[in-house]
Amino acid sequence: MEELFSISYPVAAADYASAGKASTDIKRRLKQLGVGGDVLRRVAVASYEVELNLVIHSQGGELTLKIFPDAAQLISADVGPGIPDLEMAMREGYSTANDEARSLGFGAGMGLPNMKRNADEFDITSAPGQGTTITMLFRLQQ
Amino acid sequence: MNVSELCTLIEARNQTETVPMDKEVLCGYVCDLLSWVMAHGEEGMAWVTVQTHLNVIAVAALADMACVILPEGITMEQDVLEKANAEGMCVLSSGLTAYEICGRLSAQGIPAHG
Repeated sequence: MEELFSISYPVAAADYASAGKASTDIKRRLKQLGVGGDVLRRVAVASYEVELNLVIHSQGGELTLKIFPDAAQLISADVGPGIPDLEMAMREGYSTANDEARSLGFGAGMGLPNMKRNADEFDITSAPGQGTTITMLFRLQQ
Repeated sequence: MNVSELCTLIEARNQTETVPMDKEVLCGYVCDLLSWVMAHGEEGMAWVTVQTHLNVIAVAALADMACVILPEGITMEQDVLEKANAEGMCVLSSGLTAYEICGRLSAQGIPAHG
Protein backbone atom coordinates (compact mmCIF):
# COMPACT_ATOMS: atom_id res chain seq x y z
CA MET A 1 0.00 0.00 0.00
CA GLU A 2 1.28 3.42 -0.93
CA GLU A 3 1.49 5.77 2.04
CA LEU A 4 0.07 9.19 1.18
CA PHE A 5 0.57 11.02 4.43
CA SER A 6 1.92 10.49 7.92
CA ILE A 7 1.98 12.57 11.09
CA SER A 8 3.14 11.76 14.63
CA TYR A 9 2.04 13.29 17.92
CA PRO A 10 4.08 12.95 21.12
CA VAL A 11 1.86 12.06 24.11
CA ALA A 12 3.15 12.75 27.64
CA ALA A 13 2.43 10.50 30.60
CA ALA A 14 -0.19 11.79 33.08
CA ASP A 15 -0.90 14.95 31.04
CA TYR A 16 -4.68 14.84 31.39
CA ALA A 17 -5.11 18.50 30.42
CA SER A 18 -3.74 17.81 26.94
CA ALA A 19 -5.41 14.44 26.47
CA GLY A 20 -7.47 14.51 23.30
CA LYS A 21 -5.37 17.07 21.42
CA ALA A 22 -3.86 14.48 19.08
CA SER A 23 -7.22 12.79 18.50
CA THR A 24 -8.92 16.11 17.79
CA ASP A 25 -6.24 16.97 15.21
CA ILE A 26 -6.48 13.51 13.65
CA LYS A 27 -10.24 13.88 13.30
CA ARG A 28 -9.84 17.36 11.76
CA ARG A 29 -7.28 16.13 9.23
CA LEU A 30 -9.41 13.16 8.20
CA LYS A 31 -12.40 15.45 7.80
CA GLN A 32 -10.33 17.66 5.49
CA LEU A 33 -9.53 14.58 3.43
CA GLY A 34 -13.23 13.95 2.98
CA VAL A 35 -13.55 11.12 5.50
CA GLY A 36 -16.88 11.29 7.32
CA GLY A 37 -19.73 9.44 8.95
CA ASP A 38 -19.22 6.13 10.68
CA VAL A 39 -15.54 5.69 9.74
CA LEU A 40 -14.59 9.13 11.00
CA ARG A 41 -16.34 8.53 14.31
CA ARG A 42 -14.74 5.11 14.74
CA VAL A 43 -11.25 6.52 14.10
CA ALA A 44 -11.96 9.43 16.48
CA VAL A 45 -13.12 7.14 19.30
CA ALA A 46 -10.27 4.66 18.84
CA SER A 47 -7.63 7.39 18.62
CA TYR A 48 -8.94 9.05 21.78
CA GLU A 49 -8.96 5.74 23.64
CA VAL A 50 -5.39 4.95 22.62
CA GLU A 51 -4.24 8.51 23.35
CA LEU A 52 -5.77 8.26 26.83
CA ASN A 53 -4.11 4.90 27.38
CA LEU A 54 -0.76 6.57 26.68
CA VAL A 55 -1.62 9.32 29.21
CA ILE A 56 -2.95 6.94 31.89
CA HIS A 57 -0.72 3.87 31.56
CA SER A 58 2.49 4.65 29.67
CA GLN A 59 5.70 6.44 30.54
CA GLY A 60 5.18 8.49 27.40
CA GLY A 61 4.84 7.60 23.78
CA GLU A 62 3.79 8.61 20.32
CA LEU A 63 0.60 8.35 18.31
CA THR A 64 0.99 8.18 14.53
CA LEU A 65 -1.62 8.56 11.81
CA LYS A 66 -0.86 7.13 8.38
CA ILE A 67 -3.11 7.64 5.40
CA PHE A 68 -3.24 5.19 2.50
CA PRO A 69 -5.46 5.42 -0.59
CA ASP A 70 -8.09 3.14 0.92
CA ALA A 71 -7.30 3.10 4.64
CA ALA A 72 -6.21 5.04 7.70
CA GLN A 73 -3.82 3.52 10.20
CA LEU A 74 -3.22 4.48 13.82
CA ILE A 75 -0.04 3.36 15.55
CA SER A 76 0.54 3.92 19.26
CA ALA A 77 4.04 3.17 20.50
CA ASP A 78 5.22 3.83 24.05
CA VAL A 79 8.44 3.42 25.98
CA GLY A 80 6.98 1.28 28.76
CA PRO A 81 6.20 -0.17 31.21
CA GLY A 82 4.58 -2.90 29.10
CA ILE A 83 1.53 -5.05 29.86
CA PRO A 84 2.18 -8.21 31.95
CA ASP A 85 -1.04 -10.01 30.99
CA LEU A 86 -2.42 -9.06 27.58
CA GLU A 87 -5.34 -11.45 27.81
CA MET A 88 -6.56 -9.79 31.03
CA ALA A 89 -5.93 -6.30 29.61
CA MET A 90 -8.18 -7.05 26.65
CA ARG A 91 -11.01 -8.14 28.96
CA GLU A 92 -13.84 -5.61 29.34
CA GLY A 93 -14.01 -4.28 32.89
CA TYR A 94 -10.38 -5.06 33.79
CA SER A 95 -8.28 -1.98 34.52
CA THR A 96 -5.05 -1.08 36.26
CA ALA A 97 -5.72 2.68 36.12
CA ASN A 98 -4.66 4.71 39.16
CA ASP A 99 -6.87 6.86 41.42
CA GLU A 100 -6.22 10.05 39.44
CA ALA A 101 -7.50 8.47 36.24
CA ARG A 102 -10.50 6.98 38.03
CA SER A 103 -11.41 10.28 39.66
CA LEU A 104 -11.78 11.77 36.16
CA GLY A 105 -14.12 8.98 35.11
CA PHE A 106 -11.58 6.80 33.33
CA GLY A 107 -10.33 3.35 34.18
CA ALA A 108 -13.50 1.36 33.56
CA GLY A 109 -11.55 -1.23 31.59
CA MET A 110 -13.24 -0.31 28.34
CA GLY A 111 -10.32 1.17 26.38
CA LEU A 112 -8.66 -1.76 24.62
CA PRO A 113 -11.94 -3.64 23.89
CA ASN A 114 -13.44 -0.40 22.56
CA MET A 115 -10.45 0.13 20.23
CA LYS A 116 -10.77 -3.42 18.94
CA ARG A 117 -14.49 -2.97 18.39
CA ASN A 118 -14.05 0.24 16.41
CA ALA A 119 -11.07 -0.75 14.25
CA ASP A 120 -11.32 -3.00 11.19
CA GLU A 121 -7.99 -4.57 12.15
CA PHE A 122 -6.42 -4.45 15.63
CA ASP A 123 -3.03 -5.66 16.77
CA ILE A 124 -1.25 -5.27 20.11
CA THR A 125 2.22 -6.34 21.15
CA SER A 126 3.65 -5.78 24.61
CA ALA A 127 6.02 -7.18 27.19
CA PRO A 128 6.87 -6.08 30.74
CA GLY A 129 9.94 -3.87 30.80
CA GLN A 130 9.42 -3.01 27.17
CA GLY A 131 6.97 -0.80 25.36
CA THR A 132 3.51 -1.50 24.03
CA THR A 133 2.62 -1.06 20.37
CA ILE A 134 -0.96 -0.94 19.14
CA THR A 135 -1.74 -0.87 15.43
CA MET A 136 -5.25 -0.22 14.11
CA LEU A 137 -6.47 -0.13 10.54
CA PHE A 138 -9.66 1.52 9.32
CA ARG A 139 -10.92 0.91 5.79
CA LEU A 140 -12.06 4.15 4.22
CA GLN A 141 -14.24 2.59 1.53
CA GLN A 142 -16.75 0.10 2.82
CA MET B 1 -35.80 18.76 18.61
CA ASN B 2 -32.70 20.93 18.40
CA VAL B 3 -30.38 22.01 21.22
CA SER B 4 -32.12 25.37 21.60
CA GLU B 5 -35.52 23.72 22.09
CA LEU B 6 -33.94 21.22 24.49
CA CYS B 7 -32.47 24.11 26.48
CA THR B 8 -35.96 25.54 26.98
CA LEU B 9 -37.43 22.11 27.80
CA ILE B 10 -35.03 21.48 30.68
CA GLU B 11 -34.99 25.11 31.87
CA ALA B 12 -31.26 25.29 31.22
CA ARG B 13 -28.82 28.10 30.72
CA ASN B 14 -26.48 27.93 27.72
CA GLN B 15 -22.89 28.14 28.95
CA THR B 16 -21.31 28.30 25.51
CA GLU B 17 -22.33 31.59 23.95
CA THR B 18 -20.51 31.25 20.65
CA VAL B 19 -21.77 27.75 19.78
CA PRO B 20 -24.87 27.59 17.54
CA MET B 21 -27.78 25.77 19.16
CA ASP B 22 -29.26 24.36 15.99
CA LYS B 23 -27.83 20.83 16.21
CA GLU B 24 -30.50 18.13 16.15
CA VAL B 25 -30.80 16.02 19.32
CA LEU B 26 -31.08 12.40 18.17
CA CYS B 27 -30.81 10.56 21.50
CA GLY B 28 -30.16 10.99 25.21
CA TYR B 29 -27.72 9.48 27.68
CA VAL B 30 -26.67 9.87 31.30
CA CYS B 31 -23.33 8.61 32.63
CA ASP B 32 -20.35 9.95 34.57
CA LEU B 33 -17.85 7.27 33.65
CA LEU B 34 -16.05 8.71 30.64
CA SER B 35 -14.64 5.33 29.57
CA TRP B 36 -18.19 4.05 29.39
CA VAL B 37 -19.39 7.07 27.44
CA MET B 38 -16.56 6.63 24.92
CA ALA B 39 -17.84 3.13 24.24
CA HIS B 40 -21.50 4.11 23.98
CA GLY B 41 -21.51 7.72 22.75
CA GLU B 42 -23.45 8.42 19.56
CA GLU B 43 -23.85 11.20 17.06
CA GLY B 44 -26.46 13.76 18.09
CA MET B 45 -26.48 12.58 21.70
CA ALA B 46 -27.54 14.86 24.57
CA TRP B 47 -25.24 13.68 27.36
CA VAL B 48 -26.07 14.39 31.01
CA THR B 49 -23.07 14.30 33.36
CA VAL B 50 -21.81 15.80 36.61
CA GLN B 51 -18.22 15.63 35.33
CA THR B 52 -16.93 19.09 34.44
CA HIS B 53 -13.29 18.68 33.40
CA LEU B 54 -11.63 19.21 30.00
CA ASN B 55 -11.91 15.59 28.90
CA VAL B 56 -15.72 15.80 28.90
CA ILE B 57 -15.54 18.20 25.96
CA ALA B 58 -13.08 15.98 24.08
CA VAL B 59 -15.30 12.92 24.51
CA ALA B 60 -18.44 14.77 23.41
CA ALA B 61 -16.76 16.40 20.40
CA LEU B 62 -15.05 13.24 19.17
CA ALA B 63 -18.35 11.35 19.28
CA ASP B 64 -20.15 14.19 17.42
CA MET B 65 -22.63 14.67 20.24
CA ALA B 66 -25.28 17.40 20.14
CA CYS B 67 -24.59 18.83 23.61
CA VAL B 68 -23.43 18.24 27.17
CA ILE B 69 -25.99 18.82 29.97
CA LEU B 70 -24.89 19.59 33.52
CA PRO B 71 -27.63 18.86 36.10
CA GLU B 72 -28.42 20.45 39.49
CA GLY B 73 -27.01 23.86 38.63
CA ILE B 74 -23.47 22.58 38.08
CA THR B 75 -21.27 24.80 35.93
CA MET B 76 -17.92 24.40 34.18
CA GLU B 77 -14.73 26.36 34.75
CA GLN B 78 -13.88 29.06 32.23
CA ASP B 79 -10.97 27.14 30.65
CA VAL B 80 -13.28 24.16 29.99
CA LEU B 81 -15.92 26.44 28.46
CA GLU B 82 -13.28 28.01 26.23
CA LYS B 83 -12.44 24.56 24.93
CA ALA B 84 -16.14 23.82 24.43
CA ASN B 85 -16.53 27.04 22.43
CA ALA B 86 -13.44 26.20 20.38
CA GLU B 87 -14.72 22.67 19.67
CA GLY B 88 -18.25 23.89 18.90
CA MET B 89 -19.72 21.78 21.70
CA CYS B 90 -22.77 23.26 23.39
CA VAL B 91 -22.84 23.02 27.21
CA LEU B 92 -26.16 23.51 29.03
CA SER B 93 -26.54 23.93 32.78
CA SER B 94 -29.92 23.00 34.27
CA GLY B 95 -31.24 23.28 37.82
CA LEU B 96 -33.08 19.99 37.38
CA THR B 97 -31.64 16.67 38.51
CA ALA B 98 -30.27 14.19 35.94
CA TYR B 99 -33.37 12.07 36.60
CA GLU B 100 -35.74 14.95 35.88
CA ILE B 101 -33.81 15.96 32.75
CA CYS B 102 -33.95 12.43 31.35
CA GLY B 103 -37.64 12.22 32.24
CA ARG B 104 -38.43 15.33 30.23
CA LEU B 105 -36.35 14.18 27.26
CA SER B 106 -38.01 10.79 27.28
CA ALA B 107 -41.50 12.31 27.55
CA GLN B 108 -40.73 14.32 24.41
CA GLY B 109 -39.83 11.14 22.53
CA ILE B 110 -36.02 11.46 22.57
CA PRO B 111 -34.84 7.82 22.34
CA ALA B 112 -31.85 6.09 23.97
CA HIS B 113 -30.26 5.47 20.59
CA GLY B 114 -30.25 7.66 17.49
